[in-house]
Amino acid sequence: MSVLVNKDSKVLVQGFTGSEGTFHASQMIEYGTNIVGGVTPGKGGKQHLGRPVFNTVKEAVDETGADTSVIFVPPAFAADAIMEAAEAGIKVIVCITEGIPTEDMVTVKEYLKDKDSRLIGPNCPGIITADEAKIGIMPGFIHKRGRVGIVSRSGTLTYEAVDQLTKEGLGQTTAIGIGGDPIIGTTTKEALELFMNDPETEGVVMIGEIGGNMEADAARWYKENGTKPVVSFIAGATAPKGRTMGHAGAIIGGKSDTAEAKKEILRECGIHVVDSPADIGRKMAEVLGK
Amino acid sequence: MNLHEYQGKSILKSYGVSVPMGIVAYNADEAVEAAKKIQEETGSDKWAVKAQVHAGGRGKAGGVKIAKSLDEVRKYADQIIGMRLVTPQTSKEGKLVRKVLIEQNIYYPGPEPVEEYYMSILLNRDHGRNMVMYSPRGGMNIEEVAEETPDQIFHEIIDPKVGLTGFQARRIAFNLGLSGVAFKEMVKFVSALYKAYVGADASLFEINPVIKAADGKIFAADSKVVVDNNALFRHKDIAEMRDIEEEDPMEVEAAKYGLNFVKLDGNVGCMVNGAGLAMATMDMIKMSGGEPANFLDVGGTADAKRVEHAFRIILKDPNVKAILVNIFGGIVRCDRVANGIVDAYKNIGDIKVPIIVRLQGTNAEEGKEIIDKSGLKVYSATTLEEAAKLVTEVLKNQK
Repeated sequence: MSVLVNKDSKVLVQGFTGSEGTFHASQMIEYGTNIVGGVTPGKGGKQHLGRPVFNTVKEAVDETGADTSVIFVPPAFAADAIMEAAEAGIKVIVCITEGIPTEDMVTVKEYLKDKDSRLIGPNCPGIITADEAKIGIMPGFIHKRGRVGIVSRSGTLTYEAVDQLTKEGLGQTTAIGIGGDPIIGTTTKEALELFMNDPETEGVVMIGEIGGNMEADAARWYKENGTKPVVSFIAGATAPKGRTMGHAGAIIGGKSDTAEAKKEILRECGIHVVDSPADIGRKMAEVLGK
Repeated sequence: MNLHEYQGKSILKSYGVSVPMGIVAYNADEAVEAAKKIQEETGSDKWAVKAQVHAGGRGKAGGVKIAKSLDEVRKYADQIIGMRLVTPQTSKEGKLVRKVLIEQNIYYPGPEPVEEYYMSILLNRDHGRNMVMYSPRGGMNIEEVAEETPDQIFHEIIDPKVGLTGFQARRIAFNLGLSGVAFKEMVKFVSALYKAYVGADASLFEINPVIKAADGKIFAADSKVVVDNNALFRHKDIAEMRDIEEEDPMEVEAAKYGLNFVKLDGNVGCMVNGAGLAMATMDMIKMSGGEPANFLDVGGTADAKRVEHAFRIILKDPNVKAILVNIFGGIVRCDRVANGIVDAYKNIGDIKVPIIVRLQGTNAEEGKEIIDKSGLKVYSATTLEEAAKLVTEVLKNQK
């Protein structure tokens, strides 16, 4: 088991023939992801990387039975791409695109409410189930199939955690990069819940950062419903107030946005918080008792 | 992107939000001319002279004055233009004032007392929807109000399908205790304000205070407007309002090279790929006994050119006593990053600050070897823990 994606996922690439789409699609294929085709409006009927190209997501779904989609469409058109995937019945939509206007995401969030689709991202590295399906831009080789699930708002910091878990010999089930924007599809709490319900996952690494209430929400849910140990690192203890730290969502507005405030809530809810990002793997090994 | 008060108000006005008549002046003569023109059009015989800088708390710092005569307009404009305004939101050195906004006086006498309210529009992240936040206690720091009298802060969460509804606008006016002319004016005011927020792709409107004048008219007396950088591509007119002089020159330069840089006050510079890892690296510097001098995300490519630009920008800061480079190579290979670092180092020449390079991920060992064999005064590490220890060591050796 794993969460959301596995070797049976039939994956479409939106923005398939662009440079980003092309590069990462070939990396995903190399990893063994079941890429069934792609969408680039106006290029339907062609072949790309040995896979069919379609004009619309609907067409692609009808022809290939795709249930998952990964989006590399530029920011101005990405919100539309997400909605197109949802309308076509795609179950898991992974949006990599960084820089989508917030107002567009307000619209998307509303649009998805009555759809049977889960959005991951945007502005995220994607999702990977080790040795089965890499749907995103993460380096596949650092992952090793194992016991720990990861949910994170960051890209390279996720790789850091993955690497530490691999080196500790713990490995991963699925790693979900939920994205660094103020409005994202899947929240920390939702990802945590998926891992709590996955029999293969024995522990969860939860990586958060300054800004918003997602980590606190997840922690409060965990306090009531948690069944497995969670190790957490919150980035941004040294970030100044009122400045955006790279991720559009990483900004301290009020007191509850700070790393300290979040860590305190997490600790109160029984989560193992590490202050240094270097201690994530070791702490997980310790609580799982190897 | 932050805007000046006068720029924010010009956007508000274009959506029909009522703002006092105002004209920007760059010197005392222009200020007096502006005041005369305002008097002709509005009859106002008093004027507000307001420093235009990207920082709040201007009033208490002496950046806002009420002039009762044209002579006073001249005097205050002279005083304020060219001063360095130090507020809780600026650095110790303060911000140089280059222009003032001359405005019609809206605290004129009339049948009713003048009232001040607080109003802002922003994203409610929990709901993924915009909201209007408002309070009858205007003119104050809203965080203080929230702490002292949380029952005096109200919210209206807005359904994006229909926008701010009539009943919500009325509820706002009722909660602010309005009636008669002022009630109708407020309904119009907040409806226009919300349209402006969405229309301009703003990420924050803060109008503090909103004024009910003595005749019941409603005005945005101040405006703090922040526009979503990601949406500027569809607002060329707003993008042109960017005032680079208000931004940190190092940050402006960094942005030119595609580097995401935030200047801080510490002694250890850092260069990292990825925003989350960059924040984590800053935290680690602190735990190692240093203070981060900056946030810097070099992005996914981290090639020699970008690395060189990044080094040059960090080295401009005389407080920097060491630099930590932390790259997790994914798609980007560590050996290439290492070569980039060596090239950049040689191109810059005389670097006196010790540099710690931590490379992890794709080809990390090869990268470390390149650094170790380069003969440069660079310390190399592969794990975060090693890097942290090196930071502590380097700082200790400098004492």
